[in-house]
Amino acid sequence: MKYIKYLALGTLFGIILTKSEVISWFRIQEMFRFQAFHMYGVIGSAIVVGMVSIQLIKRNRLKTISGEPIVLADKKFNHGIWIGGFIFGLGWAITGACPGPLFAQLGSGVGAAAVMILAALAGTWTYSALREKLPY
Amino acid sequence: MSQPYPLFLSLPFAMLDFLQQPWPWYVAGPLIGLTVPALLLVGNKALGISSALRHVCAACVPAGIPFLTYNWRAEAWNLVFVLGIVLGGFIDYRLLGHPEAVAISAATVHDLKAEMHLTDFSGLLPKELFALGNLANWKGWVFMVLGGFLVGFGTRYAGGCTSGHAISGLSNLQWVSLVAVVGFFAGGLFMTWVVYPMLF
Repeated sequence: MKYIKYLALGTLFGIILTKSEVISWFRIQEMFRFQAFHMYGVIGSAIVVGMVSIQLIKRNRLKTISGEPIVLADKKFNHGIWIGGFIFGLGWAITGACPGPLFAQLGSGVGAAAVMILAALAGTWTYSALREKLPY
Repeated sequence: MSQPYPLFLSLPFAMLDFLQQPWPWYVAGPLIGLTVPALLLVGNKALGISSALRHVCAACVPAGIPFLTYNWRAEAWNLVFVLGIVLGGFIDYRLLGHPEAVAISAATVHDLKAEMHLTDFSGLLPKELFALGNLANWKGWVFMVLGGFLVGFGTRYAGGCTSGHAISGLSNLQWVSLVAVVGFFAGGLFMTWVVYPMLF
């Protein structure tokens, strides 16, 4: 039962992703071709709202509903950030989907999403196996 | 003109209508942004979806790999969140309804017709590339298998995807995430503007 809140938030997140059409390959192509503001508006306004929310949380030292102090970890730089980022970008333009949208597509009944998720798992597994040999 | 129905009767219909249409960016974007504080307030969790791929690998095929040998059960919330996304996609697309085709710009339709020879613009993805039958030729392997592989490999190498770096990371003013997002876009632009013209 302690997971039900994450199921609820995930479901809402999936509905929002689908409603905003960011799970569409066509929208991603439109974005990379700079032919509409839609994707930039979605991502940009999400970041602005997230930023303001985090500032409010920090300044008011808000706690979680169970009373713990909220902790935000800092991300550390390594060369994998941009190398891996570039590799993901290639895949993003091919599949027209990042991981969240892949799962929303699966729910919406796109058969290809199942293949792409299995391939993404294979990619993650391969990265994990090669991790020590890659540049950072 | 007077309204045909009183407000308390027409409001539910207006809401249903709203739920059946795609949402503009200024509705959807802020709601996606609110997921960041919601996860923090509910359980001190950072929004990030690609980690779920790692947890599934750790749960199913750890194979003695150090990076996949950890207590993935402690991250089960992430898997439940992702399960919710699947459910959300089902509820939205199957129960609430959606338009026949995504209303992309006329310029994009023109370019995709001219450059990639696409003719069918219905649904979320072009069937000419993503129909399962395409796994019998190179298109299916490139678009579904290679594409998916690069998404899984690249996100873990970069330590996050659009949700973890672009939304969650940039919201928390992490410059590392900005580097990642520049990488995402560089890769996407390279594929769209350099590789696609060579493939088609």
